[in-house]
Formats: sequence, C-alpha cells, structure tokens
Amino acid sequence: MSLQRFILKRVLSVIPILFGVSVITFGLFHLTPGDPVSQLVALNPDVSPADEARLRERWGLSGPVWEQYLTWITNVMVGDFGQELRTGRDVSAIVWRRLPETIALGVFGWVFALVIAIPTGIYAAVNKDRLGDTVSRFIALSGISIPNFWLGLMLILIFSMYLGLFPVLAPSRLPLYHPDMLWYLILPGVTIGTAAAASIMRVMRTSMTEELNKEYVTAARAKGLPERTVILKHVLRNSLISVVTLAATLTAGIVAGSVVVEVVFNWPGLGREFIAAIDSREINIVMAITLFTGFFVILANLVADILYAALDPRIRYD
Amino acid sequence: MAPLLEVRDLTVRFYTQEGVVTAVDNLSYRIESGEKFGVVGESGAGKSVTALSVLRLIDSPGQIESGEILFKGENLLEMSEAEIRSIRGNEIAMIFQDAQTALNPVYTVGGQIAEAIEHHLDHTSEEARARTIQLLDRVGIPEAEERFSDYPHEFSGGMQQRAIIAMALSCDPDLIVADEPTTALDVTIEAQILDELRELADDFDTAIQLITHDLGVIAEVCDRVMVMYAGRPVEKASVEELYYDPKHPYTVGLMSSIPRVGDGRERLQTIPGTMPDLVELPSGCSFHPRCPFAEQQCTRSEPALTDVETGREATMDTEHGAACIEYTEGLSQGLTYSIEVDGPTDGTVEQYVEGDRSE
Amino acid sequence: MTDQRQTHSDRGRIRITGFDSDRVTEREPLSDWTDGTSGETVGRWRRGLQRFKRNWSAMGALAIVVLMSLIAFFARPIEVYGFLIQPFALAPYDPTTIIYFTEDPSVGIYDPPSREYPMGIDGSGRDLFSRILVGGRYSISIGFIVVGLTASFGLIYGAISGYYGGNVDELMMRIVDTIFAFPGLILALIIVAILGGGYWQLVLAFSLFGWAGYGRLVRGEVLQIKENEYVLAAKALGARDRSVVFRHIAPNAMPPLIVLASLNIGSVVIGVAALGFLGLGMDPSTAEWGTMLDETRETLIQGPGGQIPWWATVYPGAAIFTFVMSMNLIGDGINDALDAQQTGVGRGGDD
Repeated sequence: MSLQRFILKRVLSVIPILFGVSVITFGLFHLTPGDPVSQLVALNPDVSPADEARLRERWGLSGPVWEQYLTWITNVMVGDFGQELRTGRDVSAIVWRRLPETIALGVFGWVFALVIAIPTGIYAAVNKDRLGDTVSRFIALSGISIPNFWLGLMLILIFSMYLGLFPVLAPSRLPLYHPDMLWYLILPGVTIGTAAAASIMRVMRTSMTEELNKEYVTAARAKGLPERTVILKHVLRNSLISVVTLAATLTAGIVAGSVVVEVVFNWPGLGREFIAAIDSREINIVMAITLFTGFFVILANLVADILYAALDPRIRYD
Repeated sequence: MAPLLEVRDLTVRFYTQEGVVTAVDNLSYRIESGEKFGVVGESGAGKSVTALSVLRLIDSPGQIESGEILFKGENLLEMSEAEIRSIRGNEIAMIFQDAQTALNPVYTVGGQIAEAIEHHLDHTSEEARARTIQLLDRVGIPEAEERFSDYPHEFSGGMQQRAIIAMALSCDPDLIVADEPTTALDVTIEAQILDELRELADDFDTAIQLITHDLGVIAEVCDRVMVMYAGRPVEKASVEELYYDPKHPYTVGLMSSIPRVGDGRERLQTIPGTMPDLVELPSGCSFHPRCPFAEQQCTRSEPALTDVETGREATMDTEHGAACIEYTEGLSQGLTYSIEVDGPTDGTVEQYVEGDRSE
Repeated sequence: MTDQRQTHSDRGRIRITGFDSDRVTEREPLSDWTDGTSGETVGRWRRGLQRFKRNWSAMGALAIVVLMSLIAFFARPIEVYGFLIQPFALAPYDPTTIIYFTEDPSVGIYDPPSREYPMGIDGSGRDLFSRILVGGRYSISIGFIVVGLTASFGLIYGAISGYYGGNVDELMMRIVDTIFAFPGLILALIIVAILGGGYWQLVLAFSLFGWAGYGRLVRGEVLQIKENEYVLAAKALGARDRSVVFRHIAPNAMPPLIVLASLNIGSVVIGVAALGFLGLGMDPSTAEWGTMLDETRETLIQGPGGQIPWWATVYPGAAIFTFVMSMNLIGDGINDALDAQQTGVGRGGDD
C-alpha cells in the first residue's frame, strides 16, 4: 500500500490507545483512596458534611466513577481541563503557557542527541574494536548510567559556579523566542539529551556492525563503489531503522527526564509544574499533564512508525 | 594470447580465535578470454575465498598472504585502492549466491544496477536508467521499465538472480566471478538461469569463473574445471577430460556418488567421512583419511598438482593435472577404479580401465 | 566451444565403479588424524559463562557491585524483630547521628572533608561518609527486588501472550502498549504521590507497571521461537504444549530477558534516587542517595559562608553512578557472553 494509506491506518489505530491512556490517567487518580476533598477535610476537621458534599459537587467529584470519567473526558475533548483548585485559573491556560518551554527543552535535547550520537555511532562501528570504538562505548555507557539530575547538578557546579560560563537561572524571564534564551537552554538541554545520545550511539553502533556483515555490503564493494558511498548510502539507511524504533522509548525518557531536569534548573515548563501540582495536590493539573505526557509519547510512536515505513519499503506491505 | 586472469601461488589465511585457517594454499590457475572456468568442491573447500580474492575483497580476519593475481598482465594485489575499485564491477564483476541478501532491501533494483553504471561509465542518470532497463530486459525480466522502480522483495527468487546477473553485466566486464549462482534456486529455474548465463557470456564475450559444488552445473556451462579440496587444487582439466577420465580419487568419489537410475546398487554411494576443518588438516595428502586407495606414503608428503602425462609438477599449460602420489612415485596398488561409458546409439560399452601401474 | 558440449551428451552416460567406501571404513587408520570436532560441545550457558569470565571490565564491574552490596549490608548493625542479624559496622557513625550534638561540638554543618570525616559533613551536621555507606541499602535492595518481581511477572505474561496468540495476545499487548505510553518514572511518581513515600511504596511504584517491558520482550521472543522449525518438529513428534514451551521456548527467551533485567536494575536505582531527589521518595532524613541530593539542592547556588559544599553533591551522585555503571557493564557483558543481541533500551524505571 502507499505511504499515505499506511499513515492513515496508523493514525486511526492510535485512537483506542489514546482512550486507554485517558482511562488509566483517570483511574490512577480516582480509584485510589483519598480524593482531594477528603484530604482537605482531614486537614480542616470543622468542615461540615454538607459543605463537603457541596465542594464535591463543585469540583465534579460526586457521582459514580464512570460518570466522573465521562464528564472529564468530554470536557477534555473540547479543551477544558478544569480549574486549578486553589486559584480557580483554567488549567488549560496554565498548560498552554508551560508547554512551549518543555517542548523547547525536548527539541534541544533530541537535536543534541542526534547530532552527537549518529556520527559517533558510525565512527565506532567502522572502527570496531579499535581504541576509538572502545572509548566511545565507554563514554556512551557512562551516559546512560549517570542520573540526569546529578548530571544537571554537576554541570551547574562546574560550568556555572566554578567556571562561570553559563548563567544558572534566567534573571528576568525573557520570552522563549528571544535569542538569548538559547544560552540558557544549553545546560538543561545537554542534561536532558545526554542519556538519549548515549542510547542512540549504542544502538547505532550495534546496528551498523550488524549491517556491515551483510552480503549487500560486499556486493556494493564488489561493484567498485568507494567505501564512503557504501557506508553513508547503503549501510546508514538500513542502520537508521533500528534507531527509529528507538525513538518512542527515547521520547518517553526525555519526557520523564524533563520533569527532573526542570526541577534542577528551575525551568518553567510542564515538568516543574507537574511536581508543584503534586506537592499541592492540584488534581486537575496533574491529570492534564499526565494526559499530555501520554499523548506525546504516542505521537512519538506514530512519527517513528511513519519514519520506519519511509525508510524501509518492506514494511508498507503488511 | 595472453591469459585474461592468471592466479599464481595464491595463499590466503584467516586468523581466528580457534586458530589459523589456511583457506587457500598455493593455488594456481589461469582463465583465458571468454573461457568458462569452473571451480568445484564441497563447502569449506575454499572456493568462495578464491572468488573474493580475485576482487581483493578479503577482509580481516582474513589476509592474502602471498601469490600474484595477474589480470590482463597487471598484478591486482599490488594495485592501489583506487585502481582496484575501478576494476571492480567494471572489468571484473561478481554474481552472488543469495540474490536476496546481495541486494540492498531499501533501494530499488533498477537503482542499484544503474548505480554501478553511473559510477564507472560516466553516464548521466537517464542514460544509466536506459541501459539498465535494456539489461533487465536482456536477462529475461518482463516489463523491465516498470520493474526498474521495484524493490528487491517484490521480485521472485529467480528474478532476483537475474537482476544480480544484470548487475554483473552492467559495465560489460571481461570476467564474471559467479559464486554458486544457482544454488539457492529451484531446479527448474536453475536450468533456465544457467542457459541464459552461458548465452549472455557468449554474447558479451565475457569469461566466467563459475564456483559451485554441483558437478551437473559444471557440465552445463564450463570448458575447464578445477577441483578443490581443503583449500588446495586436486585436479585440473577440461570438462570432458574430468568427466570421462578423472584422475584424482576425490573427483572419482564425487562422480561415483551421483546416483543413476537403474543402478542396481542397494545403498547410496558416498565418500565416507567429512571434509576436515581447515584448522586441523591431516598430514600428507589431506584426502587420505577418506581415500579408498590411500597407502602409508600418502600420510607423509603432500602431493603437488602433477601433470598426469609427464609425471612432473603441473604448470599453467598442463592439460590435465592431479594431485595424487600415483602420478609421481606411484602407489603399490594403484588406483583401481573403472569408468564405463554407455555408448549413445548401439549400446556397446567402451571400457577404460586403470590397472596396476608399475613405475 | 559449443561443439564440445554437444560432444558430452553424444559420448554417452558415465558409470564409475571401484570407488569402494568400505575400503576406507574397514581399514586401520593410516595416521593419527581424527575426524570430527575436537573437544566436547559445551553447553550454551557454560560457554557464556566462560566468555563472561574473559571480559575483564564486566568481571571488574561484578566485583564492584558485590563490594558495594556487601558494604551496604555490613555498614551498620541490622536488627530484625530483636534478632541481631548483622553486628558489623563499617560506617563509623550512625547515619542519623548529628556530630555537633553527640560527638564533637566543633563540627558544624557543611564542614569540608577531613581526616575524621572523609566525605565531609552534610547540611544537618551528619557524617556524609557513613550515610553514603548505608545509603546503598535502599537503592540496591529496591533495585533487585523490583527487577526480580517485574522480570518474573513479565516472563509469564509474555510467554502466555506469545504462546496462545490470537485475541488473547492482541488484548494483552494492547494493555502493554497503553502502559508504554507513559514513561515509567512518571507512573512511579504518580503512585508515590498518591500512596506517599516509603520503602514498600517505592517498590510498588516501580513494580506495578515495570513488567511491561519484559512482557513485550518475552512475547516477541516466544513468537519468533514458535515459528522455528524445531518447535514444529517437536510437536510433529508428539510433544505436549507445556513441554514444548518449557524445553524449547523458555531457554531461548532467557538471554535477552536476563540482559534486560541487569540493565534495568540500573534504571530502577536511578528512578528511586530521582524520586528521592524530588522529595517524593523516602523520608527526608533518610540516608538514601537521591534524598541526600535533595537536601543539597538549594545550597548549590549559595552555600553558607559563601563556599559551595561540593562534597554533598558529588559523593551521593557518584555513588549512584558507580553502582549503575557497574550494573550496566555487567549487563553488557552478559549480552556479549550469551550473544543475546539486546540493545537494552527497555523499561523499568527511567530511560
């Protein structure tokens, strides 16, 4: 089938998963003992049962669970994520304001990872078992072993505190599209991209090594093609296929990483907001961001599948 | 006329964890222009290594240790990378055993063939495309123009192999090295492909070094043949001589193991045992543990390829050479096999009997 | 040329006699050379073990992990229900001891490393070295427990899903897909947020969804093996379903599973530490490596007296890094030894 039909099929198949995601999100928060109201009541013992019931009504926490879910999901589909319990602000407004910051961080992380990892992976595979390869593999393994929050702290310690090269916090909050912001983006972006870079490099190296043993490589050389063409045209495309399948997992990792890294760098994105909301028990914000998280990962999955089909003609025919 | 390809004393070794493997030992042979030369032997005999050596595609842990490969008079082993690359695909081309894996799955078949043409022949991409379509048509792929943009997995096995042949012929090479070109195919397809390969080679005036384990294939296509065992040549002759007058016990064994209808024998005839692992070769003649005619002297020294007429060491010009002590010192009991040929028309039987030879 | 070929068939069919293989098999061997492979066929697991032993970086890493585990165990005495299981104390001080109060009034918070206190003093006046030694207990034990639970469950889940196939498989994998839509850390975070922090809460948080990666892996392997001809052959010979699964499928699915498990231990340890860092893990005063980093977070910018207490940041993180790096080296070593070809990007905690 053509690429377009393939894309359409994949997009459609994602919808039930999105629903599943919403169910899990809702279930996590509403099927557990202690909703926000009862917690509030536990802190304020002189709230009357009538008040409690009214509060529940107002916050949409009364009625059977499945009803609550339906109300919530129908609201979500028109973009209404509810209100921040304490201030009454629209959750969607909060989310939309924080979203670009996190996306900027994520994109930087991805770009950084790809730019570093793909050439390094190629280099390691081509020079397999020589010194350059061993060193790269060691560095890559360190990259996935280092806790990202510690990496962030250490980067701040070394580059901001001791070397004074980077500012730690934006003194006054410039708008995101301001070119100066790029400078502020570097340390957190590198922190978040390191683990992804390490994973990609490892997969790239393994994948290329496998491909280099295949017969079509010998055949290409037997045609008299220069080695550079053999590697960069024939082998690379086949190797990238493995990297693409990695994309979804890595996005999940970057999303999770952003939660921690934003806290370390006090970056005003969804991650920092998420932790703050958890601490203050703002259930609507937490649910909204959780839903977004799931959405992002599914989106990444979809893009990965499509890229996969674009790279490998064999896939389109199942 | 100077030979097209002359391989002299080629030795290739592989340095593996299990030990040093001498995949090819002091191999010499010659191929004339337009000739079809067969290399036959069981798997592990070193046949594919000879093929890859000609194109200098031996990669670590393998190494071409010594010898010369003269192509049109020039030693391929002394050329620079750039020089050998201009010969690969252009003057010497290779056909691979498994067409499926020899084609890159993510690029179109036509594209992969045109790629070589563009690289070597300085054609524009349109010209290369046109030539490729012509080639595809010539090798028997129907609707060549549409098929140009198809991917390898959209071709059947036989079609893939034809595409590989087209790829080999694309730059009009003087020599094609075909490594088991039909092994992966059905028998019926195999016959077709062999026919066409032979025809194409004749039309394009290309020499073929055909590597196979199948004696039937050799009979179909080749003019001269070399039989390999454990990395060494054990017999070299014209196809006719080899079939009707085999001199080496291994060759005799291979041929007698081909079952014939109406044979009368109760069991399948085989050569007992298996070919030795190249890491640990038997002493003296490598074939002696499996040879019915072997005697004690066979374990002592390794017989070189000997001219069966003169008894002296075989040269490039030798018509028929065999590596058996029988043709130098002679065995005490001789080689006691016999070849019978059923005559074509009147059923008279001509017998060639090798009896005792006292020399 | 073509004439010669015609001649072949014209001359008639060839029949050879006299190549008598019995002569070979019945005679005495002429030399010492023996046919067949030298050496016995070693089992796949034993071969893997041999290869692992030759991998010096993996062996070194194994030594480190064992060492760190032993240190964590023997750091301070352990009492269970009044029984003294472990009397040794490698750490000089109890992790909760505030030096200023009990030992030495001259020692203040965030004192730099010295001979008595090789890793310095933390923000509450406690000996950092002792806390680091004890800290391994939480991370290491939770890591192994979680991976043990999730790998076992995932193995069974994946085996069932893969073996039975069809609608059962569809449904089971859809559940896995939905779980995969969330990063493991986020899910663990939410669970800890709901249930509160603490040791077993952390174990639950990472175990509840952490099996999905193993499930998917094992299911993939089972599907592959199911198609393998030797399974068909076994069935053709009349083997029962269960025995086919146990004897053929399970052993082949084990290598990638083991590799994934060893690489996941590191992820879980990082995940536990991350939650500790965010203040969502164990109690704030607990000597858990990540929780220790939470305490020093603010001090990074401006330490008391203008000096940055780098030791409070460097050492706990370095401990985590050392352990995880070693586990990953072991995982890679197993990967190479068993030739499992795992890329190790699975799920269990974080990345």
